[in-house]
Amino acid sequence: MPDNRSIDKGTQRALIGAGLAAAAGTAAFLLSRRTGSSGAPIENISDAPDHVWRRGTSRYDANLLGNTVTIGRPREELFEEWRDFTGFPRFMENVESVERLDDRRSRWTIKAPGGTSVELVTRITEEKPGERMAWESEPQSDIKTQGQVEFLDAGPGRGTMVRLTLRYDPPAGIAGKAFAKLFQREPKIQSRRDLHRFKSLMETGEVATNASPSGRSSETPTEARI
Amino acid sequence: MRALTWHGRHDVRVETVPDPEIVNPRDAILRVTSTAICGSDLHLYDGYIPTLRAGDVLGHEFMGEVVETGAKSTLKKGERVVVPFTISCGDCFFCKKQQYSACDNSNPAETMDASRLLMGHPMGAAFGYAHLTGGYAGGQAEYVRVPYSDVGPIVVPDHLEDDQVLFLSDILPTGWMGAENAEIEPGDTIAVWGCGPVGLFAIQSALIMGAHRVIAIDHYPHRLELAKQLGAEILDYREVDVREALDEMTGGIGPDACIDCVGMESHGLTVDNIVDTVKAHTFLGTERPHALRQMIMACRKGGRISIPGVYGGFADKFPLGQMMEKGLTIKQGQTHVQKYTKPLLEMIEQGKVDTTFLISHHAPLEKAAEMYRHWHDEQDSYTKIVLKTEAATPKQEQKEMSHEIA
Repeated sequence: MPDNRSIDKGTQRALIGAGLAAAAGTAAFLLSRRTGSSGAPIENISDAPDHVWRRGTSRYDANLLGNTVTIGRPREELFEEWRDFTGFPRFMENVESVERLDDRRSRWTIKAPGGTSVELVTRITEEKPGERMAWESEPQSDIKTQGQVEFLDAGPGRGTMVRLTLRYDPPAGIAGKAFAKLFQREPKIQSRRDLHRFKSLMETGEVATNASPSGRSSETPTEARI
Repeated sequence: MRALTWHGRHDVRVETVPDPEIVNPRDAILRVTSTAICGSDLHLYDGYIPTLRAGDVLGHEFMGEVVETGAKSTLKKGERVVVPFTISCGDCFFCKKQQYSACDNSNPAETMDASRLLMGHPMGAAFGYAHLTGGYAGGQAEYVRVPYSDVGPIVVPDHLEDDQVLFLSDILPTGWMGAENAEIEPGDTIAVWGCGPVGLFAIQSALIMGAHRVIAIDHYPHRLELAKQLGAEILDYREVDVREALDEMTGGIGPDACIDCVGMESHGLTVDNIVDTVKAHTFLGTERPHALRQMIMACRKGGRISIPGVYGGFADKFPLGQMMEKGLTIKQGQTHVQKYTKPLLEMIEQGKVDTTFLISHHAPLEKAAEMYRHWHDEQDSYTKIVLKTEAATPKQEQKEMSHEIA
C-alpha cells in the first residue's frame, strides 16, 4: 500500500491537476475523432437509433431529428391512421392543411412566420403495412425533406412505439428560408409535440388542452394557454 | 363568473373572469358549491412554484353540480360530484396501472416541456397549479371545466353533506396514500411529521390500517390537540428533542415508518434546539427539507419513509448515505386520487372515517383572499378553510358566515 503521507500537498495538487488535464484531453480527442488510427471508421457498438448519436460518431447526422413515443394501441391501427395524411392538422400544430393528390402524393400547406406559408408535395416512397412508412418531397416543393415513421411493438401489453424521423436539407428560396427559420427554432420540440398530440388523440380520442378561464384579458376560455 | 386569481407573492384576488366552456368531447362544466384552500396552495401563495402566471385561477379541491356535458362525458346534468385534483385520462400506460397522477396525456403538449426539463419526464396535470402541471384553471371559482369527466369525478349521494365528501378531492386520499406507502405492519409505531390536514388524515388512516402507535410531530398546539383526539401521541418540537424523544418512546429502535406531511416549506428553521440537534448529530445545514432530513435520521434501520408532502426540485445536503446505510425504503409521489375515491367514499358512508373534524372555518368565495392571509398567518387556529360559492349557499347562511369572519 503506498504511503500517502510521503506525498506532500503540492505534489498531490499537481497530480490531481495533471489527472484532470489528461482526462479532458482524452475526452476531447475521442470526441473529435471520426476515424480510427488506421483511417477506418470507428466501429459503433450502441444499439440506439440514428438520431441520438453524438457529433463525431460515424452515425451522426446533423440534419436528422427523431422522436419516439409509446401509444397504447395496436401497430396496425396506428399505421392506418398515419396512412391518411389529411388528418394530420388535427395534431400537427404548424400544418394548415394536407390535400390528397393521388394514392402516393399529398400537398401540404405549412404555417411559416409572418403569416406566410410554405408548400410541400410529398410522395410515399415505401410502405410496409403495420410496420413502416417513408416519404420524401417532390422537386416542386419549397423545402426538401425526407421522413419516416416506424411502428414497433412496445412489449407485452404496452402497445406500440411510434418513431418519427425527419431529415431536412438546407432550403432554397425566400419561402424556404422562412420555413427554415421556423423549423430551426425548435424543430425537435415541434415534432415531439406533434407526435405527442397524435398519441393523445389515439389513446383518449381528443387532444389535451388547458383552454380555461384566466384573469388575463388577452385570453379566451376556449384557447390553449401556453 | 367570480374566481380567485393569483397575481404574485402574497397577492391573490377575487375578480370577474370569463365562464369556462366545453372544449373537448369528454369535458364537463361544474357549478362549484364547495372548494377548499390546500396547504399546497400556500406554496403558490408564497411564490415557491415556478411557471405560475399572473391571472391564473387557483384551487384544486372542489366539488359541485354538473351543469354542462361534452358529447363523450358520462356525467348527467344535476349530478353532484367531487373532482380529483389530478387530471387523468384513464387510457394511458400510467392510468391503466392506476398511477393516475403520472398521466401521460393530461399535460398538454404545449406545456409539458417545462416539467420534462425539470423532472426528466413531463408531469401529469392538476387543476389550478401552475403551468408545470398543465396550466388548467382551478376550482376556487363559481364554475370550472373538468377534462376527462368520464374518468375523474365521483358522483356523491345526496344524503352526504359537501363537507363530508369535499376532501375526497385531495387531502383525504393524500393522507390515506401517505399511510399506505408507510407499509404498516401489526405492532408498528408510525411517526407523522406535520399535523396539517394531510397529516391529520394520515394519522387517522394509519390507525385504521392497524398501526400500534402513532406519534405526531408539530409545533402548533391546536393542531397537535386534533392529532391527540384522533388517538396519536404528540410531540411539540419546541418542547423536546424530537429524535431523542422518538428513540426513548420506541425503546431505542426508532419509528418503523415516518410520514412527511410537511413538504418543501418546513418550519423549525427558527427553532434552535431542532436545528442545533440536527447540525450537531449530522453536520448538515439548515435548508428547507429540514423535516425530511430529521425523519431519515430518526427512522429505524430497515424502516420506511413515506412522502406525501410536496417538494419541487433539488434538495441540498440530503442524507443519502444515511438512507442507504440504514436500508430505508422511500415511497412518495403525488396522490393517485382516482384510485382511492371509491373505497374512501364507502368508508365515509359507513362512518369509518371522520372528514369534518378538521374544518375550522367556512367563508364565501368572495372572502377567499382574506382567507388565504389567515391560512398563511394563523395556522394554529385555521386548520382547514372551506369556501362556498354564492350560487350554492342560501342567503341567510352567507350572512352568518360573514359574521363569523368579522
